[in-house]
Amino acid sequence: MIQTDYPIHHGDYTRAGEASADIKRQLRQLGVGSATLRRIAVAAYEMELNIIIHSLGGSMTLVVDNDGIKLSSRDEGPGIPDVSKAMSEGFSTADEVARGLGFGAGMGLPNMRRNADQFEIESVMGQGTQIRMLFLLT
Amino acid sequence: MTIAEIVNVLDARVLRGEEKIAQQVYSACCSDLMSDVLAFVNEKTVLLTGLTNMHVVRTAEMLDLKCLIFARGKVPQEDVLDAADELGLVVMTAPKTMFTCAGLLYDAGLRGAAMTWGNEKPGGEHSA
Repeated sequence: MIQTDYPIHHGDYTRAGEASADIKRQLRQLGVGSATLRRIAVAAYEMELNIIIHSLGGSMTLVVDNDGIKLSSRDEGPGIPDVSKAMSEGFSTADEVARGLGFGAGMGLPNMRRNADQFEIESVMGQGTQIRMLFLLT
Repeated sequence: MTIAEIVNVLDARVLRGEEKIAQQVYSACCSDLMSDVLAFVNEKTVLLTGLTNMHVVRTAEMLDLKCLIFARGKVPQEDVLDAADELGLVVMTAPKTMFTCAGLLYDAGLRGAAMTWGNEKPGGEHSA
């Protein structure tokens, strides 16, 4: 089993993508096929960006075990007031900084759900958000 | 179409990856919104954009893109170019607007990237 934790800081746009790039590298070394690898990389990058753009800070974890490849995130808040709204394409609360950098199209969570084989999200206002994704190895 | 043909059609200047311009590309997408680009998962897609920051390269990395075209004659900063070079991307700048670049490439036979939604099979041609 492999487990790697990545701390992710709010507003750290200069390092955005480093965790996802490392995840992609690790999985490529394990021999994960390119189509699956791209799905995971996209979902990981969206996950990483979400923490940077929207949260007060948090972390991502990669686990590879017999069930498949698991990517999870937890953050320190502030939480998502309406998860179903946040899951709808095109809805975004990203600020001007994020938009200026090319983000905030409102595709983050929908894109994660689409790319993962299983997707779960839980959010509690004032506490934070947790996301769990599973990618099956075919 | 080869990347060399793209260079020719757009009268572009290659900034990095000159030695790789003989490779074939099969489709293109065009956006300044990297979140939208991340929805286009197609290995050989060319990305045409007006955005020149590091996130363009990161997005290309996640999607295994092969070629970046910066419109309106924009040239990214050295660190962005070096990161692209490290990933083996071909990077060029074209002295035309994004609209004109896209129009010229379409006219030359390049088509929009198929949109693939996660686990779903790739769809048909997309107007992006």
